[in-house]
This record gives sequence, structure tokens and C-alpha cells, in this order.
Amino acid sequence: MSTPPNPDSVILRTERLGRTVNGKILIQDANFAVCKGEVLAIVGPSGSGKSSLLRLLNRLDEPSSGTVFVEGIDYRSIEPRVLRCKLGMVTQRPYLFPGTVADNLRFGPAQRGETLPQESIEQLLAQVGLRDYAGRDVANLSGGEAQRVSVARTLANSPLVFLLDEPTAALDEAAKHEVESSIQKIVRDHGLTCVMVTHDAAQAARLAGRALLLESGHIVRAGLVSEVLHA
Amino acid sequence: MLRLFFHTQLQLGFAQAAVAALLALAVVLLARRGQIHLEGEILIAMVRGLVQIIAVGSVLVVLLHAPRWTSGLLLAGMIVAAGATSARRARGILDAYRISAWAIAFGAGSVIALMTWLGVIDTAITSLVPVGSMLIANAMNTNGLALNRFRSDVLAHVGEIETALALGAEARNSVTPYVQASFEASLIPAIDSLRSLGIVWIPGLMAGMLLSGVRPVNAAVYQFVVLAMIFAASGLTSLVSTLLIRGRVFSPAEQLLLQPGR
Repeated sequence: MSTPPNPDSVILRTERLGRTVNGKILIQDANFAVCKGEVLAIVGPSGSGKSSLLRLLNRLDEPSSGTVFVEGIDYRSIEPRVLRCKLGMVTQRPYLFPGTVADNLRFGPAQRGETLPQESIEQLLAQVGLRDYAGRDVANLSGGEAQRVSVARTLANSPLVFLLDEPTAALDEAAKHEVESSIQKIVRDHGLTCVMVTHDAAQAARLAGRALLLESGHIVRAGLVSEVLHA
Repeated sequence: MLRLFFHTQLQLGFAQAAVAALLALAVVLLARRGQIHLEGEILIAMVRGLVQIIAVGSVLVVLLHAPRWTSGLLLAGMIVAAGATSARRARGILDAYRISAWAIAFGAGSVIALMTWLGVIDTAITSLVPVGSMLIANAMNTNGLALNRFRSDVLAHVGEIETALALGAEARNSVTPYVQASFEASLIPAIDSLRSLGIVWIPGLMAGMLLSGVRPVNAAVYQFVVLAMIFAASGLTSLVSTLLIRGRVFSPAEQLLLQPGR
């Protein structure tokens, strides 16, 4: 097993986190911590509860038990809208809103009454390799481009932690490579803390430092990616 | 044709009802061939409708001689029943019945009250109850359409709504496009009725007035008044119900509660 995370640098910590729906256990007693700047992969077979766990982290679903601490604060005491900006999520399918790429990037800040400057839009798009895409209609983007816009849109909220729910699962190989490279670059350049759900062990090995293996809603193994994947 | 076989008014009435019901059943059977199963709902609705209208018809005979305040009671009862009927179109949405009843009470109730006060609707029970019931029934239909459309739109756009929430949108704002779409869609029948008045259809009320000897222009103007009132009542109802329902698909922590399969 890997060394436990340094308590001083823990940015996100779950405590006996669980969710049961109609008697079915989706997640039970999940205890783990994420340190500032690290990439944690959540791996496991289909239906093991990976996405359910991620949805609990930004409170898109309500835990039946336990809670999450964000920078030491119980997340139930944080306004959900504020919490979701801090824990920015990218979903498997990029649900872009009708309009231009720039409109999509402005969406998050606009919810707080802020206007995202054009310069920031250009910077964000450059980070995901989509320079000069600001004025494009999202209806004309490829799957990989749309997912990279989705990544940039989440980054526009300046999240503390980046939650990625199988961001390349719906893409072909070429697009998967583009999106993965963008994520890798962002994490490396900005030291962004990242929790990533993936069913792709090779991807977990390429992107993450530590991993949790989930089976039937339980964390059955946690540690360095190499230890978890090859045990 | 039916008159050849049925000689009393009652027999003839039931025969006509049976033929109309058979036609409706034929449509249900055709739909069934296309894997659309409406038989249970339609059968229950037809039997209920027939029993209810006969019961109300019998009660109306008595009520014709009742004091005027009883029309208020009758209309209030209709609003309660209309709320329950249209709320069924919003399965899985919290407080659907309460919202429907309040929306219909506000939409139809305020139009009935205003128009009665202005003297457009006569206070006689024979006028107030039938006209009021028309407004309530149309408000109920509009409300059902609005709720049904909102529910299906939310279920079809869970990803978009949750994406907006995940980006920090206020829950109520994340469903705004679907609130607008359901409001617009719910008013299509009322708008089309107004638009096609006199060209595609001559409403029963106008036909009845003409048969009873009212001058055609007077009958036509009153019919327009009724349809405009129906539009106002329906529009107000839909506006209130869509505004109220938008917050009911979320938990206090702004989580989308209406999800496929939940």
C-alpha cells in the first residue's frame, strides 16, 4: 500500500460516505482523501459505483450516510452552487449548450454574475488545444472537440478539484488521445487536483498517481496506481 | 339511421353513446396494433366520463332551482377534481396535485370571478356553472399538457440539467428552457381553437344559441368571448403551474430528483 496522504495537504476527504437507493447499496463506507495536486483514479468494473461515488463528491446526489470535507469544511455547510464550482465536473458525454464555444465557456462565471473576459476565453481554449474556436457554433464540433470544450468550460469556474467521469469513454481512439493529452497538460501545467473515474486501466496508469478499486460500491483496494492495478 | 331502431329519447341517447364509444374503441385497437397501449386509460376515462356526466346532469336538474351560491360550491368542487385529474400527468413530481389545483383555481377562478363581476358571465346557475366548467376543463387540459411536457422534457434532458447544476447554475434556472417549452406547447390547442374559430369549427355553444333563436352575430360574439376567456384561463393556469412546478423537481440541496428509472 502507498503511504497515507499528508494530512496538511488534504483538499478533499470522505468520511464513511454512502448512498443507498430503494434498498440497493450504490456506495458504502467510502473513506479516502485526495491531496492537493494529485490525480486519483477511481477504477472498477461496470456497475461498481464509480460514477455514483463521483456524483456524491460534488453533491449531485445526496449521501445516505457520511459526508465529504472540502478543505476541512463539511460540504453540507457549503451552498451547493458554490460547492459545485469548487469541485468542477466533466461528464462522460459533453452536454454543450446551444450557441458558440465562447457562450459555453461564459456559462459558469455568468451564474455568479461574472463576465469571463475574452482573454481568459482564449487562454482556456489554448489550454485544451482549441485556439481560435471561440466563435464556432458547438453544433459543428467533433466529439473530441466538444469534450475539450467541456473541459475548458469547467476550468472557467477555476475549480479546486477537477472531477472527471470517464471523459474519453464515448470517444474514438483519435479523439480519446486528444482529450487525454489536454487533461494531462492541464494537470501538469497547473498542478490541478483531479479525481478521475475510468474503466481503462491503461489510462489510469498514464494519468493518475494513486487509485481506488471499487467493487459493488465498496473500496476494496487503495494505493499507488501500479499497486492497485497489478495486485 | 339509429332512429329506425330506437324510438324513445333515452334509448336513442344510449345508442348514440354506444356508437361513439365503439368509434373511440376502434381507435384504441388501431393504436394497439402500433404497440401503443391506451386501452386501460381510455376505457376507464370513457366509463367515468359517462357516469359522471349522467350524474351531474341529474344533479343539475335539482340545482337549477338551488340558490345562486351553490354555483360557487360546484365550481370549487370542479377545480379540486380538475387538479387531481391533470396532476396525474406529472407522475414523480412533488406536490403536483397541490400545484395543479392552485394553478387552475387561480387561472380559471380569477377569469370566472372577473367576468362574472363585469357581467360578462351571468350569475344565474344555468349560465355560471356551464361556462365556468368550460373554463375549468380547458384550464385542466392545458395544465395537464404543460406538466406532461415539462416532465418528459426534464427526463429527456437530465444530462443538460445536471451539467448546468455542475457548473454552478441555480436549480430553477437549469430547467428554464423546458419551462418555456412546456408553457408554449400547452397553449397550442387554445391558440389553434381561437385561430380556426368559424373556419374549421363552430363550437357547440354557438350552435346551441343559434338553434335557440339568438341572432347569429350575437351568438358569434359571445362565442368569441368564451374562447378568449378560455385562452385567458388556460394561459394563466399554465403560467402559474409551470412557474411553481420548476422548483419541485429538485431537492433542497439542488439535486435533480426526477430521473429516469427512479
